[in-house]
Amino acid sequence: MALGGFFSRLKEGLSRSTEKLTSGLAAVVTRRKLDDAALEELEELLIGADLGTAVAARVIAAFRRTRFGRDVSDQEVKEALAEEIAVILAPVARPLVLDPARRPHVVLVAGVNGTGKTTTIGKLALAWREQGLRPVLVAGDTFRAAAVEQLQIWGERTGAPVIAGPPNTDAAGLAFDALTRARAEAADVLLIDTAGRLHNKSALMQELQKIIRVLRKQDGDAPHSVLLVLDATTGQNAIEQVRVFKEMVDVSGLIVTKLDGSARGGIVVALAETFGLSIHAVGVGERATDLRPFDAGDFARGLVGAS
Amino acid sequence: MFDTLSGKLTTVFDRLRGRGALDAADVAEALREVRLAMLDADVALPVVKDFIAAVRERAATAEVMDSVTPGQQVIKIVNDALVEQLGGAGAVPLNLNAPAPIPILMVGLQGSGKTTTSGKLALRLARRDRRRVLLASLDTQRPAAQLQLAQLATQAGVPSLPIVAGETPVQIARRALDAGRREGFDIVVLDTAGRLSIDQTLMDEVRQVREATSPAETLLVVDAMTGQDAVNTARAFNEAVGVTGIVLTRMDGDARGGAALSMRAITGAPVKLTGSGEKLEALEDFHPERVAGRILGLGDVVSLVEKAAETIDEEEAEELAAKMMKGRFTLEDYAKQLKQINKMGSLSGILGMLPGIGKLKDQLDGANLDKTLLNRQAAIIGSMTRKERTAPDIIKASRKKRIAAGSGTSVQDVNKLLRQFDDMAVMMKRMNKLGQKGLMRHGLGALMPGRRQSWH
Repeated sequence: MALGGFFSRLKEGLSRSTEKLTSGLAAVVTRRKLDDAALEELEELLIGADLGTAVAARVIAAFRRTRFGRDVSDQEVKEALAEEIAVILAPVARPLVLDPARRPHVVLVAGVNGTGKTTTIGKLALAWREQGLRPVLVAGDTFRAAAVEQLQIWGERTGAPVIAGPPNTDAAGLAFDALTRARAEAADVLLIDTAGRLHNKSALMQELQKIIRVLRKQDGDAPHSVLLVLDATTGQNAIEQVRVFKEMVDVSGLIVTKLDGSARGGIVVALAETFGLSIHAVGVGERATDLRPFDAGDFARGLVGAS
Repeated sequence: MFDTLSGKLTTVFDRLRGRGALDAADVAEALREVRLAMLDADVALPVVKDFIAAVRERAATAEVMDSVTPGQQVIKIVNDALVEQLGGAGAVPLNLNAPAPIPILMVGLQGSGKTTTSGKLALRLARRDRRRVLLASLDTQRPAAQLQLAQLATQAGVPSLPIVAGETPVQIARRALDAGRREGFDIVVLDTAGRLSIDQTLMDEVRQVREATSPAETLLVVDAMTGQDAVNTARAFNEAVGVTGIVLTRMDGDARGGAALSMRAITGAPVKLTGSGEKLEALEDFHPERVAGRILGLGDVVSLVEKAAETIDEEEAEELAAKMMKGRFTLEDYAKQLKQINKMGSLSGILGMLPGIGKLKDQLDGANLDKTLLNRQAAIIGSMTRKERTAPDIIKASRKKRIAAGSGTSVQDVNKLLRQFDDMAVMMKRMNKLGQKGLMRHGLGALMPGRRQSWH
């Protein structure tokens, strides 16, 4: 995938998210000087993008120091906003790097219900297949109806083998067997799908810990990556979500999905500030190719509509 | 983590409560806090603004200002306004006043829980309302979505429309209604693919489905964790298909559920149902007053009691209570109690349902209140012999060492647990002595042991 193509795709995906924010910004800034009222409206625009009240307040405080009372153009405000946001996001924009020494590199994919775990696994499998790697998928969501079949279809689409058990199989046992097989076959990546679970259900979170415990009986370092898949439409509860998953299963990175919708995913900024957790990629559609690396500058510019 | 609407409002109102009379500036300050707190609870900005405007008007009356308890008055106004905006007291039932087969159309974003909710709804209509329900999936987008609904139908014991590959959603919808008519079904639940509100093609498609089926209910399924985008989603779906009701899913999570307020305000449609669990039975009526309470930090005692009833073995609980009253509560019983608390979910979640706990939450958070403590205590008790559990007095130095080693804790930990258990025993004895009347007279304070209560 050419980089140029990537940027234009990301912008395309994010442009819809920004339309509203952008038109709002123009209305605020071209209308008058950057006075108290204008700043308050700017703050509200950021809040409306799910940045959260605290982050929005900090961004606006910086504006107040440097630009208060000045006539500022629409473009200037956008750029300054994007800069401010990019500074927060830059440290967490880290791609998911597979360790070629691992055969396989074990990736556990977790998240609350309906965030797009299975779809993301399908996309990751395709990306790795295209790099000439051999991923193996594990249908670890043994709970939800037809979750196994859903992953199997992704396996067919991407040419990645899928390891599954009968319904209601113990996910940890399945993962253990899958790792045995993947090691025997020297697969490059083992991608383990898991059932969606709300972070406040302790029994379900313990189940996830059990998967890790069992994997470690074979490989003390497994899983080598624990991905949390986060829906961009999620509001402030995402912070609690990330906090608990991080605490319970030591999440190593985030993938933010559904960024092709009208949700702006501004919560990502708050997450970056609070946890400094890597953001590996963003999902911008339902096709297998709709997974993009996360780029702080692009995301920030896309978010505020600066081109 | 406790930076929630409940916590903030409790703080604000505590301050207001402490004051004598309020002036306009006090009210403005309080409302600014309310506004921020609502935003943090994911109520969408335009909705918050309208809400605050309405409350400000009502709060600025002389009646409030001159009141002896202006803080209480403001709380009441905010609470009433919230309940009102959420749809007023009581639940709004589904509209089933249409000739059979009654079509119910399920719409929403990807991953909001439409298919699971369809299964739950079918089960509820079949079991509770004794209706003949047919489930049909029009989701030709997501892999295995149709199969998912078919499997849910089997679990619910409800028939589902046979899957025919290659049909368009409109074709499936027509076939479902035909089958409904021919086979004498009362209700046909039409599950649709998740779609983004800005996806014109898919929004057109669902509009066509609606035109082809004229559903009695078009239910928008929304995740309770939804943020500010709730307004865009609500507006787009309402404009495209005319939403008649909202289903709020994942209410068993710990999101404050501000989206409920946003959705209701934008569509004008009532929230009719809430999903609160993975089981097919976990679909409930929406009670505005309860959710308002949850949002405002007035506590959600009803949900707490329900949750307790759901997870706690009643017989076991009664047995425990009886033992307590007789003063024969042992460490073994205490271990059982710990297990039950564990089953109920996170401690903060449980505490969050208690009225007035909001302001304590910061302190509790500082105290690092989590289950590891309870788990450690359970481990300690688990490492005791049966004899030690029933007669902890025999536990001296060497037994303590063994128990500590067995549970991976320290002798200090064992001591703490024993001391705490002692305190509990003292408290229970006092409770028995006081009896019900004594408790009323002296209050809970009479129960407190003279010694420090050590939690860690």
